[in-house]
Amino acid sequence: MFGYYLDLALRSLKHNKVLTGLMVLAIAVGIGASMTTLTVMHLLSGNPLPDKSDVLFYALLDPNPTGAPSHHQEPPDKLDYQSAIDLWSAHKADRQALVAESPVKLLAPDIKQPPSMGMLMSTTVDFFTMFDVPFQYGGPWTNDDDARRSRVVVISSDLNDKLYGGANSVGRTLRLRDADVRIVGVLKPWRPTPQFYDVAGGRFSQGQTADYYSKPEEAFTPFYTGLDVNDGHFQQFNCWDAPKVPGHLVGAGCEWIGLWVELDSTAKVASYRSFLANYAAQQKALGRIGYAGNTRLRDLMDWLEFNQVVPSDVRLQTWLALSFLVICLCNTVGLLLVKFLRRSGEIGIRRALGASRRQIFMQCLIEAGVIGVLGGAGGWLLTLLGLGLVRRQPVAYADLAHLDISMFGLTFLLAVLVSAVAGTLPALRASHIAPALQLKTL
Amino acid sequence: MMQIRPILAALRRHRIATFLIALEIALACAVLCNACFLIANRIQAMRIVSGVDENSLAYLSLDGYGRDHVSDLNARIVAGISAMPGVKAAGVLNTMPFSSNSNINGITIDPARQRYNHEINTYVGDLASLRALNLHLVAGRMPTQDDSRPIINGFVPRDSLVLITRSLADAVWPGEDPLGKDFWCIDFHFRVIGVVDHLTVPDPESRSVASRDFSAFVPAIPGNDLGGTYVIQADPRELPHVFRDVMLAIPKIAPEVVVDHDGSGLVSDLRERYFRNDRAMVDILLGVIAALMLVTALGIVGLASFWVQQRRKQIGIRRAIGATRGDILRYFQTENFLIVTMGIVFGVLLAYVLNLILMKAYEVTHLPVAYLAASAIALWLLGQLAVLGPALRAAAVPPVVATRSV
Repeated sequence: MFGYYLDLALRSLKHNKVLTGLMVLAIAVGIGASMTTLTVMHLLSGNPLPDKSDVLFYALLDPNPTGAPSHHQEPPDKLDYQSAIDLWSAHKADRQALVAESPVKLLAPDIKQPPSMGMLMSTTVDFFTMFDVPFQYGGPWTNDDDARRSRVVVISSDLNDKLYGGANSVGRTLRLRDADVRIVGVLKPWRPTPQFYDVAGGRFSQGQTADYYSKPEEAFTPFYTGLDVNDGHFQQFNCWDAPKVPGHLVGAGCEWIGLWVELDSTAKVASYRSFLANYAAQQKALGRIGYAGNTRLRDLMDWLEFNQVVPSDVRLQTWLALSFLVICLCNTVGLLLVKFLRRSGEIGIRRALGASRRQIFMQCLIEAGVIGVLGGAGGWLLTLLGLGLVRRQPVAYADLAHLDISMFGLTFLLAVLVSAVAGTLPALRASHIAPALQLKTL
Repeated sequence: MMQIRPILAALRRHRIATFLIALEIALACAVLCNACFLIANRIQAMRIVSGVDENSLAYLSLDGYGRDHVSDLNARIVAGISAMPGVKAAGVLNTMPFSSNSNINGITIDPARQRYNHEINTYVGDLASLRALNLHLVAGRMPTQDDSRPIINGFVPRDSLVLITRSLADAVWPGEDPLGKDFWCIDFHFRVIGVVDHLTVPDPESRSVASRDFSAFVPAIPGNDLGGTYVIQADPRELPHVFRDVMLAIPKIAPEVVVDHDGSGLVSDLRERYFRNDRAMVDILLGVIAALMLVTALGIVGLASFWVQQRRKQIGIRRAIGATRGDILRYFQTENFLIVTMGIVFGVLLAYVLNLILMKAYEVTHLPVAYLAASAIALWLLGQLAVLGPALRAAAVPPVVATRSV
């Protein structure tokens, strides 16, 4: 029966090519627009570390020495040097990483290439295990390197490709500013989306958050090594006192360091929370900070949520596309209704010859389904085109815009869903056509 | 005037189709109003007045130099650039409208500094850079060489004599004369000596609309604490090739530096780059509007054609008993007008709901009534245009149809 209905549907669709074309086009454009924006949304709002996001936490307190809580009612998005080092040195978490990003001049002394600017991540060794960072060659440095300020570096695969053509560069020397460091590890291509460990300040950005989706840093060094070699080039998140030497933030009245901790159980989370609160209270008692009540320990996804990492333009585009899809859907329902009712006479004859309402309904639904599949195919092509356009946009996430398997599946699911929704009402109306009335008017 | 009663009676027999088209128009109306409003907001944001003489300015951002030799670097760069043909002036300036160097400071007018009132951007530069910017003074005076003081801690001079924008003056001292007034940031003191009409913050989109012009210019002696970023002034017609020559000369003047190509450029290019995303968004919105209108029009054409075909006999009968072609034409036009009006009534409500949602999520104001009126008129016109074809076909139905196939 299905084959027969399909044949009927194709015949009927061929009968009025313009109308069919319009319906297919409306569904295709609606789906293309929606899937383009939903794909971008899906990429940008995804979990960068699905396996670990609920055991990674970002710790904050309010280090400002003046009394009142910050007028934003939230602690600043980073820690000052003293608090960061104190909390890190306490080793109260399963794993913990300090993060501080700074621009750095990169030069490979044994390569004939002009120096370039890149980003340097000064961090501690747990960074690589906590965040599942994949290595191509070599590996992370050791705890000992962290303590001894060893001049070692881990570089990104992009930098390794650029300087060494992708060859194993472990053991070679890289110059950061004026200091020579030895390469101990080379990362595999790694593109956390967003670059979650650096996210801060989202609530002050008026929705302009596309830069959270930049590529990770080119170079990673032990925390103190970074502070030594790139001294004078660190940037504060905020300061309550101007640093005495610009770019030298150790001991300055500035917030500029992030602290991530890994806590494997709820009990540990609770105990870390109280550790953080106790530390703040103790520092207040010592007179170093002014307000101890503002401590926070958010898990990874909460932190991203708090920073509203998905750019507001992307959200706006998604809503626009979805409302456009609804309008296209209304349009298709109307046109299908017209198309089916126009064949009232034919349907009347089939009913008179013995077709049941159910069979008429199925026949109409299959016709709607064919339009849906055609629209879905068109929508898929338009989605690829749309993502191609997104890739040409000058935004940090442009290179990420690709259709993955799940979104590819969703495209066709959406198409079939749309056509089923669009087809049901007209098919129902068509199946209720009274045969006698139609036969009379023939 | 057409009789509306029979039309309504006919529509009641096609409730589903009528409802669908009205719903489509309502949704289209809601999206249309808000999309147009968003476009207008974006265009307004893109038209922001920078306050500087954009067409004759370029900005050069360098990196990779040692922090201890900034003064020497400044001297080499400024002297090197100034000596180049076509360059009118060159100076050290920490930032530029539409550049990514941005330095936000909380300020207070309370000498005890208990509460910070406003967030401003400070432009710090030498007098050459100020002259190049060509700010428009509306009150007070421009700083002189004596007013430039050495920078402390890489920020600003301890006591600065500054220019502020009019909108900042109005926000900090509403209704008062800002000249001679003091404000503080941490333990740095500022005194207002002049007011300029505009000087936008470098990154206006990251700020609320009201505070996009909250800037101060601090005249300073750069020393070792400010450098690496320079403003270049030239005749607008010569500027592009002058700047190209400057870029070529930098490796000779300062071989140790890395030019920040993204952060450098003609200020008009920096503006163009800065607003590229907004322009893309405007294009997307325009595309959505066009697609929306097209889909809606096609829906109307499809439905109207069906109704015309379905009612051929009735049309024939009406023609046979005396209705003119004009009557038939007007019947379909009035019918369309009624459906579109229903859609618009519902659409206006929907538009306001959508506007409220947008107000929560984005910095937009209440939807002005003018947008609703314009959208309604646009949809009425669209409806009439779309129905014209089918309606003319209906009017062309000959009366003789009435006698056939009864």
